[in-house]
Formats: sequence, structure tokens, C-alpha cells
Amino acid sequence: METEFETGPSRYRHWQVHYDGDIATVVMAVQPDGGLREGYELKLNSYDLGVDIELADIVRRMRFEHPEVRCVVVTSGTDNVFCAGANIHMLGLSSHAWKVNFCKFTNETRCEIEDAEAFSNQVYVAACNGTTAGGGYELALACREIYLIDDGNSAVSLPEVPLLGVLPGTGGLTRLVDKRRVRRDRADVFSTTAEGVRGKKAVKWGLVDGVYPRSKFDKAIRARAEKLAKTFGDGLLRGERKGVTLGPLNPTKEPGRRAYKHVTLEWDAGTRIANLTVAGPSAEDVALVERGADAIFAAGDQLWALRAMRELDDALLYLRVNLMDIGLVLVRTTGDAARTIAHDKALWAAREHWFVNEVIRHMARALRRMDLTSRSFFALGEAETAFAGCLLELALASDRFYLLDDPDNVVHVAVGPLNGPGVLPMSHGCSRLEAHLYGEPDKLEAVTAAAADGTIYEPEDADDAGLVTVLLDDIDWDDDVRVAIEERASQSPDALTGMEANLRFPGAENATSKIYARLTAWQNWIFIRPNATGPSGALTLYGRPERPRFNWGRV
Amino acid sequence: MQPSTTVDLNAKIPNNVGLADDPKLRRALEKWLPSYLEWWNDMGPTDFADKPVFLRTAISVDSSGWAHYDHIKMPDYRWGIFLNPRKEGESVVRCGDDAGKPAWQEVPGEHRNALRRIIVTQADTEPASVEQQRLLGHIAPSLYDLRNLFQVNVEEGRHLWAMVYLLHKYFGRDGRDEADELLERRSGDPDKPRILGAFNQPCDHWLSFFAFTMFTDRDGKYQLAALAESGFEPLARSTEFMLTEEAHHLFVGHTGMQRIIQRSAQLEKIDPNGDVRNQGGIDFDLIQRTINYWFTYSLDLFGGEISNNAADFFGAGLKGRYREFRQYDEHRALRGSYSLPVVDGSKLVDRDVPLRNAMNEILRDEYIKDCEKALRKWNQTLEQEGSDRRITLPSRRFHRHQGIYAGHFFDPQGNLITEEQYEQNKHRWLLVPEDNDYLLSIMKPVYEPGKFANWIAAPRRGIEGNKLEFEYVKLHD
Repeated sequence: METEFETGPSRYRHWQVHYDGDIATVVMAVQPDGGLREGYELKLNSYDLGVDIELADIVRRMRFEHPEVRCVVVTSGTDNVFCAGANIHMLGLSSHAWKVNFCKFTNETRCEIEDAEAFSNQVYVAACNGTTAGGGYELALACREIYLIDDGNSAVSLPEVPLLGVLPGTGGLTRLVDKRRVRRDRADVFSTTAEGVRGKKAVKWGLVDGVYPRSKFDKAIRARAEKLAKTFGDGLLRGERKGVTLGPLNPTKEPGRRAYKHVTLEWDAGTRIANLTVAGPSAEDVALVERGADAIFAAGDQLWALRAMRELDDALLYLRVNLMDIGLVLVRTTGDAARTIAHDKALWAAREHWFVNEVIRHMARALRRMDLTSRSFFALGEAETAFAGCLLELALASDRFYLLDDPDNVVHVAVGPLNGPGVLPMSHGCSRLEAHLYGEPDKLEAVTAAAADGTIYEPEDADDAGLVTVLLDDIDWDDDVRVAIEERASQSPDALTGMEANLRFPGAENATSKIYARLTAWQNWIFIRPNATGPSGALTLYGRPERPRFNWGRV
Repeated sequence: MQPSTTVDLNAKIPNNVGLADDPKLRRALEKWLPSYLEWWNDMGPTDFADKPVFLRTAISVDSSGWAHYDHIKMPDYRWGIFLNPRKEGESVVRCGDDAGKPAWQEVPGEHRNALRRIIVTQADTEPASVEQQRLLGHIAPSLYDLRNLFQVNVEEGRHLWAMVYLLHKYFGRDGRDEADELLERRSGDPDKPRILGAFNQPCDHWLSFFAFTMFTDRDGKYQLAALAESGFEPLARSTEFMLTEEAHHLFVGHTGMQRIIQRSAQLEKIDPNGDVRNQGGIDFDLIQRTINYWFTYSLDLFGGEISNNAADFFGAGLKGRYREFRQYDEHRALRGSYSLPVVDGSKLVDRDVPLRNAMNEILRDEYIKDCEKALRKWNQTLEQEGSDRRITLPSRRFHRHQGIYAGHFFDPQGNLITEEQYEQNKHRWLLVPEDNDYLLSIMKPVYEPGKFANWIAAPRRGIEGNKLEFEYVKLHD
């Protein structure tokens, strides 16, 4: 059965959301029989991908549909447990690829929580009113502050290493030492103690920000939420704080094809290749944006920049979990280059409006989803395409960019304000231009200057500017591109995944990129090691009568 | 160091674990002692602190010396640390992957956290029950019962000592912190509750006291028995000695309930309308509701029917089955399964669970068998009294808050019912607040030697050869 990522408040099974002015309360109450797949029960607020898809939806809608909310309290509606983390039996039953995709998506959701605090003045607080274990604590770690009930029993813990022989897969280790700055030796003790740490010691070690007894817990959380809501109510962007509803995308689904309004995904199982096409803004779309922030706000979820990027996001997620054998995605963007740059300039000019800010931030997240998708992407600048402004980002996110140099079919490449530093950053904080021209500072400076005012390049100029991997004339185009595609499709998918993840992120790391790069690489390796998932591995045997037997060799 | 059977009675803390030769441990425990006494003074049966009670104290761990009787004031009771002697050849890991290997005299690192959790959970129940029972002395039905209550109380206190000794001796700083926290939690306190549910339920009157010592302490017996099979020998030998004391608590509960049932049967005969309440007694419906309530809360204490922890504890050799060493030949339990009914939609279907994962349920089976035996005795009493009444045990699925039946609704016979049906009937099945009001209204203290409250029959015999008229608690100088 295929997994879809679109959902909405009326369809939530595992969460309740209460809105009260500038404070929202998100209550986790996982339905044990509501697993996405068969064969496991989601007991004790444990989660699977289905539960996290709902959380991601809540976090996204909070920004668009509830811009009045400043503080979001995450808590549990299940007795004595905040969240027990990812469901172990689900992990045990899942293929390696499923586990990896699940972890990647949950990581992206945790990062969205932090992104909301950084860019939308929406701050999350974890009100851990019971046992907070594994992924449950990692969810709490994604929040700005963590409060734990002090009942002599409830603890925060990361029991993955001692209990399951794997790692906390949702950024727990990195956030402990990098975000919360827990001393690394204490983090070592904490991460190898299955029962975790509770009470005053949890505060002393910096694992939580405070503990309150049961009788005072709700009141203390409320007081803290009010204070944070007030603090984060300062310096808000302009615009009426009225929500913009995110309607369903309703893609047309056919065998081998998934078509949205602006995005089309087509694939062929035989060649293991997909075609991803994004249509740029129309003249009307540009005219609307040029009318300014109020008109953009009024367009709501039909705004091209929002709709096209939501579609791109959904297509990438669909591809990740449903089209496992598709290894290479050919990326094309269409539309008039000058028009797209005009669009970007107008959107950028209106960025002081909260909704426009949200649209740009959302665009950044959708593009990061692409950076983090383990498929080869080749951008094909062939006839009838144009790679301009925000759509050029798709070429820069791709592993290679092939551009046609044909006087009869001129393909324009253009840079604009959205390509500038800090606007649509990758997960490690660089813009894609910065990452792309990391070794060519002169070119970077030139193209950055060109982006500020908007510049349209002829193919050869784009190549000179350093934006193109291979420039091909019309005589060579067909054959060279065909060979490149066939070659790529023949190489080891594992090696390509690793290689691409290494090459896509030049430059310095930050906590977020560490989470994705270091942790997922280690976690994914540990997941397939016999000590975890072999016949006598700890994850395999969890819940079974036998106890794990390890191969003691260090690798 | 092999603990001897000789108890060092001159020490500040009586013991047979060579405390005199372990100054560091002795200092640590002597530091804990004042906190313990402070807790006892705050939360124990304080109002009777200056009254001499005819108490049994262990002065050695062999069969002749563990029960020494004398009138003493409770704060002067010699709370001590005793380990059962063990015969040669019995010092082995008794279950799990390491079955048959030499028992551990020190805590193995890989099992340290699990063992600490097990010990803390067991230890927490000991002070909890003292707290639950602290005011019962004021409405005791006789001096005989009052003395039994206090005997139970001081021994629960000693059991706390036994566990705290293990925490201090084998679990370092964490163990000492845990020992301190044992004195900080309070039964029924929403902010600092005791760890297990049944130990936070109120025990306001003697019907609940007897049901508690009958059913909840009996869980304790089986937990202690399972721990007596532990590969960690100091724990096994501690709990073995605790079991000898625990037997008395079960006796108090079993015979207390039996005497109430006997008296109710007599009162039913006396009353022209067979109305027990009219005669100031405890009617059979109320007795049944009490059994339903405490039996099921006690069943919860065994943990989940299908349990990873149970499998881990057994596999690691930390906790065996009841009489693992003597009753079973095969101690690994890796093969085989256990069939139990699980809720599937709107019906119960049998499901096979790997044996190790069913260890909680296997222990619960032993417990239920034991309870059924007591029920048969009580029904014999009814028969002897010429009553047609019979008392029953509810199904193990009824009124559960832990395990696979929690969250579903069953009648006392174990049939799956709707929440609505359950809500409509639960006042007939379980204790209601009015029950408490009634019981408190009939429970007035009876402090005259040899006299018993109207709602309970006298026991068959006194304690340690003494008559019923013996002054078991000296309330007046």
C-alpha cells in the first residue's frame, strides 16, 4: 500500500490540538490500533511514520493557519507516559529502507519545530507529564524548553544503546551536547542508562529545564507558556494575524504519473528513472505578487510560490517512500526566466509581511527536502526549460546541471534575490550558490552581486559564471545526456547515496547538518550490523525471549 | 565474606552480614538510620510509640532463633539485616542463560540498573504499607489484632532495611540516593506517590487491612519468592529471610478475613431477617466487593501478561519462577510457549506467548492458585457455620489497570462487556465511598484484653501459647 503524506486536522488520529489565543497545546494520544501498517500496536504513545506525518502537518499548519500562536506546548494525553519513542516492533518489522526514510522524516519534522522558533516566533515547550523515552525525549529536545513531571518515577531517557543496540535516531545525541550543551561525559552516562534520569538530577545535568510535582505541573507549564508567548510576541513581522488555510493538493494519480497543478512526477520502473518538472509562475502569478503583500496574503494557498513548493515537497516525499527503485531523477523547470526573476523580486520586496515570510521559509524547507533525498538528481536545461531564481535552486540542489547551448532554443539561467545568502539556506546554513562555488570565491562574489538585482544569463555566460556542470550544443546533447543517464543508472545505489550526501554539503557544519550527516550515517550503518539486526542482534531480539549476543569486534 | 547464622545483636544495627568489619558500609547505614527513624515517627503508628507491644524479633536466622517474643516499644524494635544461610550446591544462578553457573556475590555490571530497579520497586512497597496502615490502631477490633498490625508494621520496616542494605552495599552512590528517596515518597501523595498502584490506595479500615495483607502481601510473597531465585545471591538470601516473616502477614490477612466471614455468618443467623448490617456486622456483598477490589489491584502488581522486562529478568537470571530451583528441571525456558486469552476486537482469542515473556503470568498463576486455596478455606468456614453463602474470586481480567486487559471492560466472571455495562454495575462489584462510611461507623476500638469487636470472630488461639486474654499491647502502665 502506498503512503501519502497529506493529511489535515479532521483526519488526525493520534493528536489533539487546542488553541487558546497565543498559546496552543498539542496533545499526543496515540491510538494503539492506528498504526500505518499491520503487525504492531502503538502502545504508550509510541509512534510510527503515520503519527509523525500528523505531527509534521500540525507544525506546518501552526505557522500558516495559526500565526497568532507564539508558544506551543507539546504534552501527552496518555496516562503516565509522555512518549515512548519510535515503536520498536514497527522498527523490527520494517525494511532497512523504511527505517531510514522514517528516521529522515522524523528528523525533518524536529528541524521544522526548531525552524518555527528561529523564523516564525513560534516557540515549542515540551511538557513531559510522564515517561519520556527515546524518540519521546528527542521530540522534547527539539523544543526550546523541556519540563518534566517530578513524581519520583517519570524519567527522561535515551535507552537505544543499552536496550536496542542502535542509536537514538532523531538527533538525540547531537542535540544533547550541541544544543543543550550537556557535558559530554554526562551525556555518555545518560545515553547508556536505560532507565534514564529523573527529578533534580535531570535538571542538574541540563537534560530538562525544570521539574514540577504533579499538583503544580499544569499551572507551572501554563505560566511558563504565557511568559514565552509574551517574549516571543515582540518584534513580530507585519500583517494581520489571520490564518491561511492549506487546502488539499489533490494530485492526479495514474500509473507512472503523479500530476499537480505546477509539478509533475513521472517515472519508469524499467529504466528506474523519474522526471520531475516544475512549472514557473505565469504572467498572472507575477502580476499578483507585484501588487504587494496584501494581494499575496489574499491569494492564500493558491499563491504560486506556496502551492508549487507544497507540491514539490509532496512529490519528493512520495518518491522517497513509494518509489524505492527509482534511482535517478531528471529535473526540469519551465517558464519565462525574466518572469520568474520578476516574481522573486516582488516576493522578496514583500518579505516583511508574516505570510510572505512563511512562504519563503516554506520554500527553503521544501528545497532542503530535496538536498536530503537519497536519489541522484540531474537538472536538464534542455529546450523549453528555464532555470531562474527560486527554480534555479532545483538545479543547484541537483548533483549535476546539464545545459543546452543552442541559438535556436535559448535556455535561460537567471539569478535573483532568492538565490542570495541566507534566503533559502541548506541544512548546514549555506546558500546553494555558496555551496556550489565554495572553491571559487571570485565567481561567488560576482554571481551574488548579480543576484541582488536579478540577472539573466545566456547559456555560455551561465557556464562562465560557474553555474553549469556540462554545457552541450544541440549536436552533442542527446547522446551525451543519454550516456550520462545510463551510466548513473548502472552504478551502486548505496555508493551513490553516500557519495552524494558527502558532496552536496561543502563548507562548515552546524548542529542540524551534523544530525543528518553524522548521525544518520552512523545510525544507518548500525541498523544493518548483525549486532543490531542480525539473528541474535539486540533490535531483532527485543521483546523476544532470547537475549542478544554481540560480536565483540570493534570496527 | 560468608554471613554466619549468628546475629550481632550488640551492634547498633543487628545483622549477620559482618557489618562490624565493614566500617564504610556501617557508617553509611548508621547515617541512614536517623532518617529512617524520623520517617517512622512521621509516618508509622506513632500514637502507640510508648506502648509495649508483644513483638517477635529475629535474633538469629536459623529455625530456632528467628522468632523471639517480648514486650517492647516499637521505636526500640531492633530493625536488623539478615541473610538466610545457604547450603552448599545451592549457590548457583538458577534461571536464564547462565543457569547453573556460580551465583554472583557482587552485582554484574550489565545487570546493575535492572537489579537496582527491581530492588527499589520491592523496597518501595515496604514503607508504603506502613503508611497506608498508620491510623488503623485507633479502630482495632482487639488487642490481639492491634498487636498483629504492629508486628506487620515493624517487619515491613525491617524489610525496608533488608533492601536498603543491598542498595547501600552494592549500588554505590546511586543506591544511597535511592535509599534516601524511599523515605521521601508517600503512599497516596499525588506529588510523591509510591511506585506501584496498590500501594497508593487508601487502607482506612480493618476490612481493607485484612484484604490487603491477604491479597497484596501475598503478591509480595510471590515477588520475594521469585527474587529468592535470583542469581544475585545477596538479594536471594535477603528475600528468603523476608519470606519467613511475610508468612505471618499472610496469616494475619487470611485468618482476619476468615474471622469476619465467620462472624457475618453468625450474625446472619442471629438476625430475624438475616440482615447482617442490622446486627452491626459486615454483609457478604461488602466482603465480596472488598475481595474484588484488593484481589484485582494486587494482580496488577505482577506486571504485564506479555512482558519484555519479564523475559529480560528471567533470561538474565535476575528473577526466577516460583520455586524455580526445586520445582523445575529446565531453567532456561527458551523453548515452549504459554497460551492466554487476549482481546481481539470484541472477543477473546487464545494467543501463544514465548514462555520467557509470560513469566509474569506464570507467577500470577501460582498466586491465584494460592488465593483460591484461601477462598476454599473461607467457604469451608461458611459451611461449618451452616451458611449457604459462598465467596468467590473474580476473574483475573476484571478491574485491571495494568497489562493486556487494562483499558477493556470485564465483569467479575471475566466476560468482555461494554464500558456502559461496566459503569452501570461497578457499584455492585467494587468498593464505593458509602462502604467506607459504614465500615468506619461500626469500627470502634476494642482495647480490653480478650474482647473482640462485634463484627469479627475471635481467633482460635493466641500468640506463642498465650491466651486470648493476654495483654498483647500494654496500653495502660
